[in-house]
Amino acid sequence: MKIGVVTFPGSLDDIDAVRAIGFAGADAVSLWHGDRDLMGVDAVVLPGGFSYGDYLRCGAIARFAPIMDTIVAAAEGGMPVLGICNGFQILCESHLLPGALIRNDHRKFVCRDQRLRIDNANSAWTTSYEAGQEIVVPLKNGEGGYVADESTLDLLESEGRVVARYLGANPNGSMRFIAGISNERGNVVGLMPHPEHAIEDLCGPGTDGLGFFTSVMQSLAVS
Amino acid sequence: MARVVVDVMLKSEILDPQGKAVHGALPRMGFSGISDVRQGKRFELVVDEVDLDKINAIAETLLSNPVIEDYAVHVETAVGEVDQ
Repeated sequence: MKIGVVTFPGSLDDIDAVRAIGFAGADAVSLWHGDRDLMGVDAVVLPGGFSYGDYLRCGAIARFAPIMDTIVAAAEGGMPVLGICNGFQILCESHLLPGALIRNDHRKFVCRDQRLRIDNANSAWTTSYEAGQEIVVPLKNGEGGYVADESTLDLLESEGRVVARYLGANPNGSMRFIAGISNERGNVVGLMPHPEHAIEDLCGPGTDGLGFFTSVMQSLAVS
Repeated sequence: MARVVVDVMLKSEILDPQGKAVHGALPRMGFSGISDVRQGKRFELVVDEVDLDKINAIAETLLSNPVIEDYAVHVETAVGEVDQ
């Protein structure tokens, strides 16, 4: 089972994502933003970081990288895609996910171990969790405030597409405490916190993040 | 050639923390009577010919994110005329 991780100019967490995929037991394949070929991978992770220096808007320029044409088409065809942090921003800019991420309401960069509740354990990236399960993974962003209009938020809630929600104080002003969402089909997930930094006891707040990567392996195995 | 200006602003209902930070600095500097500040972006495109359909397409797809931002296009000058 092969899971690709795309490196854009300014990606930061691509190596950690590769490592997390390996820990989960899959083969990680490094993909390059300037290529169009997905090298036969079964799923793709868009990692965190500051692609193109966050110029223009976070993710706005990365969205037009050559590899994104292929990824958008593959995602629309059902391939699992996980966007973490900057990857989530890229997925919103690509219109694979609704809404947008804006500057934190308190104007400061946030970096902390964050409690989350998994609200949807049926997406391609969350089947290893129980619905309602609480997990702790790192959160680190300057522009992580999730916004969408009321009708979009209501639709996300009614279709169970809020994948994860912040617990405790709202860390970045996200509407309805939304930390992650999925597309209608559940194969595309965007998440502001960083599960790839919580996959082993050596560092980070624990191993709660590993489930995202084992989930996609389960999803691919049954599909 | 002409210069086309695209102004991009966050929609009024979207929180603008940068504008708020600028607004908060004004009283500290002794400037009073400013009730709000919103921060936006200005793009100046030098074009061979003014093709508004093309400019609008650029503004919609890359320069702005229609989910959170509005844009306005102004044809400002014929570049050659100004240079003379």
